[in-house]
Formats: sequence, C-alpha cells, structure tokens
Amino acid sequence: MNLNQIMTDLSYFIPELILTGILLAVIVFDLFQKAETSIRAGYLALGGLALVGIALIGQDVSVPTGIFTNMLAVDGFGKFLKVLVTIGAMLVMWISFNTNELKDRRVGEYYVLILVLVLGMYFLVSATHLLSIYISLEMVSIMSYLLSGYLKEQIRSNEASVKYVVFGAFSSGILLYGFSLLYGLTGSADIFEIQAALAAGSTSPALLLLILIMVLVGFGYKIAAVPFHFWTPDVYEGAPTPITAFLSVAPKAAGFAIIIRFFNVTFSSTGNPNMEAWSALENMNWQAIIGLLSVLSMTVGNVIALQQSNIKRMLAYSSIAHAGYMLLGVVVADQTGVAAILYYAAVYMFMNLGAFFVAIHIKNAFDTEDIEDYKSLGYKAPVLGVIMAIFMFSLTGLPPTGGFVAKFYIFRALIEYGDMYFYLALIGLINGVISLYYYMRVVKAMYFGKIELVEQVHNAPLNITILLVILAAPLLLAWIVGDPLSAYAQDAVHFFIK
Amino acid sequence: MENHLLSIVTFLPIFGALVIIFIPKEKLDFIRWGAAAITGLQLILAIWVLKIFDFSSAEMQLVEHYAWIPDFNIEYFMGIDGLSAPMILLTSLLSFLAVFSSWNIEKAHKGYFALFLLLDAGMMGVFVSLDFFLFYIFWEVMLLPMYFLIGIWGGPQREYAAIKFFLYTLFGSVLLLLGMLALYFISEPHTFNMLILAEQSSEFGKNVLLGMNAGKVIFMLLFVGFAIKVPIFPFHTWLPLAHVEAPTAISVILAGVLLKMGTYGFLRISFPVLKDATLWFALPLAILGLINIIYGAMAAMAQRDLKKMVAYSSVSHMGFVLLGMAALTPAGMNGAVFQMFNHGTISAMLFMLVGVVYDRAHHRDIDGFGGIAKVVPIYAGVTALAFFAGLGLPGLSGFISEALCFIGAFPVFTWITIFATLGIVLNAAYFLWAYQRIFMGELNSKYEKLEEINNRELFALVPLAIITFFLGVYPTPMLNLMSSTLNHLVETVKTAGMVAGL
Repeated sequence: MNLNQIMTDLSYFIPELILTGILLAVIVFDLFQKAETSIRAGYLALGGLALVGIALIGQDVSVPTGIFTNMLAVDGFGKFLKVLVTIGAMLVMWISFNTNELKDRRVGEYYVLILVLVLGMYFLVSATHLLSIYISLEMVSIMSYLLSGYLKEQIRSNEASVKYVVFGAFSSGILLYGFSLLYGLTGSADIFEIQAALAAGSTSPALLLLILIMVLVGFGYKIAAVPFHFWTPDVYEGAPTPITAFLSVAPKAAGFAIIIRFFNVTFSSTGNPNMEAWSALENMNWQAIIGLLSVLSMTVGNVIALQQSNIKRMLAYSSIAHAGYMLLGVVVADQTGVAAILYYAAVYMFMNLGAFFVAIHIKNAFDTEDIEDYKSLGYKAPVLGVIMAIFMFSLTGLPPTGGFVAKFYIFRALIEYGDMYFYLALIGLINGVISLYYYMRVVKAMYFGKIELVEQVHNAPLNITILLVILAAPLLLAWIVGDPLSAYAQDAVHFFIK
Repeated sequence: MENHLLSIVTFLPIFGALVIIFIPKEKLDFIRWGAAAITGLQLILAIWVLKIFDFSSAEMQLVEHYAWIPDFNIEYFMGIDGLSAPMILLTSLLSFLAVFSSWNIEKAHKGYFALFLLLDAGMMGVFVSLDFFLFYIFWEVMLLPMYFLIGIWGGPQREYAAIKFFLYTLFGSVLLLLGMLALYFISEPHTFNMLILAEQSSEFGKNVLLGMNAGKVIFMLLFVGFAIKVPIFPFHTWLPLAHVEAPTAISVILAGVLLKMGTYGFLRISFPVLKDATLWFALPLAILGLINIIYGAMAAMAQRDLKKMVAYSSVSHMGFVLLGMAALTPAGMNGAVFQMFNHGTISAMLFMLVGVVYDRAHHRDIDGFGGIAKVVPIYAGVTALAFFAGLGLPGLSGFISEALCFIGAFPVFTWITIFATLGIVLNAAYFLWAYQRIFMGELNSKYEKLEEINNRELFALVPLAIITFFLGVYPTPMLNLMSSTLNHLVETVKTAGMVAGL
C-alpha cells in the first residue's frame, strides 16, 4: 500500500475527515467556555455536523469502492445510513439544547461524545473487515455507555451506564470469540475472503451454527433484539432522554447495517448481495434463526410494552418490537428486503424521535413521564397533542402515516416468498394489532376521559414546535406524493463487493 | 370538473375539516353550519354524479386513473358502477343528515366536526376506489376518526367501546392486507388494480398458498376482514357495544354506512376477483346469513335497551344481504344491494329516533316509558313508520329488498330461505313489542311533559322517511341504477363456475 493509494482512499473519506476535524475543534473550543456558555460548543457541533452532512450528500458513490485495503466500503448502502445517522444526530442535538435534564451543567463534551458516536456509526455501517467491524462497534458502544451515564449525580443514569457496560462487554466478548473462530477456520478477517473460504465447503455445519450464534449475540445486543434486550428498558429509562431517543434509532440502524452487510456477504453462496437472486450459504439456514429472533422480539417487546406506565419504558419495549419488524426484512435478505429495512429505519427514526421529543417537552413543561399524567393533554396543549397522536398512529403502523407504508414494504417483501414468510408476515401483522393497544393508551390519556380545560392553552416554544413539525409532516405527506424516500432506499441497495 | 368529480366528492370533506380547524371555537354556529354546508355540497355533487351516471352500462364510469407509486404499480384509480353509485348517494345523504343529529353534542365541537368530515371522506373513498391499495388506505383512514368519535363523545363505556372497535377492525384489516398482498404477487403483472385482478380471476385458484388452493386462502383472509365490518356472526361482538356507546350521529353512520362496507367489499373484491372461491363459499355464506338473521332478531328481542335492540336489528338485517348475495341470482343480488341501501336509510332513522328520546328522557330502557304516544304524537308517528320499515311492512322499501333477497335465494337455498323467513316474524315481533311498551298503554306519569320532536330533528328524519316510502312504492329507479352492474357480476361469476366445472 503506497502513499498514492492512501491519498486516493482519503478522497473517499472526506466526510469522516471533516467530522474528525470538527470534533477536535469542538473539544478545543469548549476549553475556552465557562459552564454557562458551554452550550455554544453544542451549536458549533450542530453546525459542523450540517457541514459533514452536505459533504456526505455530495459524495459520489456510483462506483462502490473499498478503502484502506478493504477495511471500509464506500457505497450507496453506507451512504444512505450515514445520512440517516447524521440527520438523527442533528435532531437530537436540537432537542438537547432544550431539555431541562442538561440545564445548568457543562455540556461541551456531551456534544463531542455525540460526534464521536456518529463517527463510530459511519465506520460501522461501512465496515467490511472483522477488525474494522469490531473496532467501530466498540467505538459506538463506549460512546453510548458514556452518554447514558451522563447525568452523573442521578442513580438511574449511573445504573443505566453500568448495566450497559456489563451487558455490552459480555456480548462483545462473545462476538469476538465468534470472530476468532471464523478467522481460525478461514485464515482471513476480510469478509469476502471468509465467504469464499466458507463457500468452498468443508466447514462443519455445527461449528458454523456456533459461530453464527456468537456473532448474533454481539449484533443482536446492538439492535436490542430478544433475547439480548435485557439492558434496554433500564438504559432507556436512566439515560438522558435525548440520548435514549438517539440510541433507539441511530445505533440501532447502524446495527442493522452491519447485520445486513455481514450476513448477506459472509453467509451467502456468492458473496454478492447486489444480485437479485440472492441465496444463503448451503447448509446454513440462518434466515430461520433470524426469523425466530424476529418473532421473539416483536412478541416479547409488544407484550411487555402493554404493561408499562412510564412513557420512556413503553417506548423502550416498543423499540424492541420494532427491531423485530425490521428483522423480518433481514429474513428476506434480498434487495427488496434490504430496501424495506432502510425505508423502515428512516421512517422509524422520524416517528420514534418525534415521540421521544414530545415526551422530553412534556417532562420539561409538566414534569412527568407517566402516561396517565398525559390526561387531557390534547386540550391543554392542542398542537402537541395532535403531533403526538400522529407519532402514535405512525408507530402503530396505521394509514395514512409513514409507519404504515414502512410496514407495508416489509410485509410486501415477505409475502413475495413462500409459506414460511407468509406465517411470519401474519405474526408481524398481528403484533401490529397488539401494539395498537399500548400506543392508543397515550392517545386515550390525551383525549378521552374527563376533559380538564385550562384558561390558557399550553404551546411549546416555537423552535420545539418547528422541530416536531419537521418530524411529523413527512410522516403524513412524504409517501402521498409518490414516495421519494422509497426510491432513495431502493437506489441505496448497492453494496461494495470485492 | 367532471373528470375529477369523484376526487372532489371524496376530498371535499377533508378540505372542509381543514377549514373548520381554523374557525375559532367560540363561533359554534359557524362550525355547525360549516359542516352542514360541506356535507350538503357533497350531497349535491353526489346527486350530480348520479345524473351523469349512465345506468344502462355495467362499465366503470367517471374514471380517474393515474400512476401513483409506480415502483409497486400502485395507482390512483377511481370510478363508479351500479354497485358503488347507491353507496355514494347513501354516504353523502347520511353524512349530511347526521350533521343535524350532531347539533347537541356537548364538548369540543371543532374536533368533533373535523373528525366527522374526515370520516366522511374515508367512507366515500372506500366506495370509489378501484385500486386495492387505495381502497385499503381509505378503509383504514376511517378507523382513526371513528375511534375518537366514539371514545370522546360516546356514552359511559365509550373508552372500552372505542378500543374494542379499533382492535377488532384492525385485526380484520391486517388479514385484508395479507390477502391483498397475496393477490398482488399472484397476479401477473403484479397489480392492485381490481379490474385487472378480476380479469385474471381464473388464475388464482391454480396457485398454492400455505399448501392450499390460493384462491380459497385469499378468499378466507378477505372474508374475515370484511365479515368483521358487516358484522357476520361470530365476529359481531364489537357492534352492540360500539353502536350503543357512540353518539347518535355516529351510530347513524356506523349502522348506515360502515356496515355496508363489509358487504360492499365482498361484492367489489371477493366476488369478482375470486369467482371460484365465491362459488365454493356460497353455501356457508348463506348459512351465515341465516344465522345472522335469526340470531340478530332473537338477540334484539331480548334487549331492554332500545339502542341495543336497534343495533341487533342491524345484525339481522345484514343477514338478508348475505343471503341475497350468496344466492348469486340476479334477483338475490339486486335485493342484497337494495337492502344495503334500505338498511342504511332505515337504521339511520331508527338511531336518530333513539337519539331523540334519549336526549329528552336520558335513558333508553324500553320498559321505562309507557303510553308516551299521547304526549308526543308526531314522534310516535315517525317512529311507527321507521319501525314498520324495519320489520319489512309492504309499501315500505325494506319489504321490497327483503322480498327480492328471498325470491333470489329460494331456488338456490330452498330450506335456508324457508328458515330465514322466520326472521321476518321475529323482526316484526320485537319491533311491535317495543313499540307497544314505549308508546301504548298507560302513560307513565314521569313523561307527562315530554317534549315533542323538534323541527331540526324532523328535518333529519323526513327525507329518510320519504325515501323509504317512495322506494317502497316505486323501487324501479334504484333497481335500474344497480341492475346492469349486478346482473353482469352474477353472470361472470356463474360463467366462471361453469368453466371451472363447478
């Protein structure tokens, strides 16, 4: 690898370089700020992230490329997720400026940590080598631990962080063990070479299954799929709410990205996920295992969510269920399935961030996280109520919201193939009906029951209202005008292959 | 404008809802009259649609056809034929009249009328859509306003009734969605276009789904989705609760329009698209119709709550529709759709009348009145007309459609029809018995000063009464409107059966 090659590779690495520069700049800038003015570091971080976003959107990925000796891929799939993660991070920063949880404390490093987390996710969605996968996964995880423990003096936040670390360390250990077996079997850590070695045969199916399960433990923990979900509710409840919101969408999307990239390459018969007729490695029905995880995640997540009275915990369990729906797309594994997951991840980001942001504002304004205390909110704060109702309907997956279309694409991808998939779709749809009950509890609290009228209706500050409208409006409108997002998602199913 | 007439009729109420949201909430009269004006305009447009409509043709008319989401071949496709035309009239008429039954709601008027208009748009959309995806969107969109309308403005058990209604219908909808997707993937090229799906009808039965005949599997999926709406026994348990807890105008819409969507779905999608499976399921459908007729009537007879009695009478009346359409004869089919229309108008009257007395007496216990005909003669008179229409008295519209259903079903399902006629007796029994207990006999001294029905309430009732009477004497215009389409439908289903050797 010569200098020229490095320079060429770096030209594909510009968004990441800008991001690194900005996060260093924010650290330095923060040194000169007092606690009261440290929020300025946040503004700088947000502005910088916007810049990164622009660089990212301008990046040409029409020819997928592997950079740094195929450690990372630069392709349409990665770009879609990077853009998604960037938008998510910007929205989360926006709400972080406005949450009471972070008032009166030094917040410079909070925004730095978010930037590092974003950088980690950039790597994770493009990693094509066991080493880069593991390092980026750890980068994302460690930032998540730090951020969820950011409210140092609160026991809940500490508990969240410690639980997260313990679970995280354990599962990444298992993941690493799986990786070491793979390396030992195939003599390579490059996922394309591993695939070639595995496809050549002679590996015992039992050993492969063991590896598969170990890898799944590591990845499944990142996306909070059952049975690797035990950390989720406590972490989600204890972490600062903007971070909870962020964890529930961005690292989850990145986790899905690595599952898709890793499985669709390593455990496929051809190593080429761009082919329309994709098929799994012989003797290796990993789709059935994912299908099982999916059913478990949907059902367990939904059933436990039914019993939650705290909005953050409810959304935490529901996010487990949503991971289950997205896993249905992984089961399909071909291009329609991947496009459906990308679409779902984008829509889910909007609706779930939205729901969390409303919860944050209500915590600010009314100091409660209890769903029962949302009573008459639809009358006390009409705008907020309507917007929250839109998010709830969308999370349930009811037309005319984006949540419905996202689910529709997932089920569409499923039903195209045989009977096993048909049953999965049926289970998924019935889970949607179950979830109706707990999402509607929020709506019920806001609108039904005895109406308590107030003299002066409560309106959220303008910037929060704008933020919420930015999140809610696309859910209602985007797909009605010919669904441009779906076209992006389909174009994005374009992987780098060696 | 004629090119987009159906879109305008459908989306006008949504526009109206947006306008109403921006009226200050103190201006109560503006809000009410605004809703009345919008639905009134919609009614005028619907009548215009019928004027342009050429009822001698079985073709789709006033078609609007555009690509919508081309990647999945989803189209914005609307059009009407003799099956949807009566439903459009019914929807716009009942929406308009129901606004006047909503005059007395007590809280949050703005929200109420905005949601009401949204509901109106959803219902209209269902009846004009010819793309299954579009149909499904409207079908679901309707649920949201309905959930709020029952849950906020309903009776004491409204929260339970609202979520039960929502869960039940959503469960039906997801099966519908599965069936829809299965159809999409079996059709070649993949399409949601109902007309193309109907053309490919003979192919579906040749495929295998879940190890069974795909046509039959899909038929059953759609069946559950539609049956919950109708509702067909044993999927009916949401109905009494929702009808009773809903505010008057919403009960009117529920019974008058929403129930028709189930049977409309059968006739628009299941029958033409899955012809073989339809023939296979005709007998069970007729039996279910019989159960609905008898069970609904018996249950109605057992009720002490007047509104619940009317709700169960709907179950019974929808049974006639099922029996008529299961027969797959021209008379039965015309009778079924005619009965859909008539039940719409008659049950609307019944629910409005229940609302009138409930507003005054604040209870609906049939045994809690007695002799009130002396105090409120006009109310007693209108109620008599509605009850007679409900029990199928000759000279009123219900009689004609029920008779047609029987005539159509008799040659095909002789014994079932014979038992079903028992339903007429039972219907007569509970209506007359209820009438007797409420209006005749000794005057209950509590109601010596019962207020007579007012002009606004009469305004909502009289048009329906006139229609009931007119169609009872001279049903031809309505039958002409639908017969070309329905006879064609019967013929194609039968022909498909002969080809398949059934």
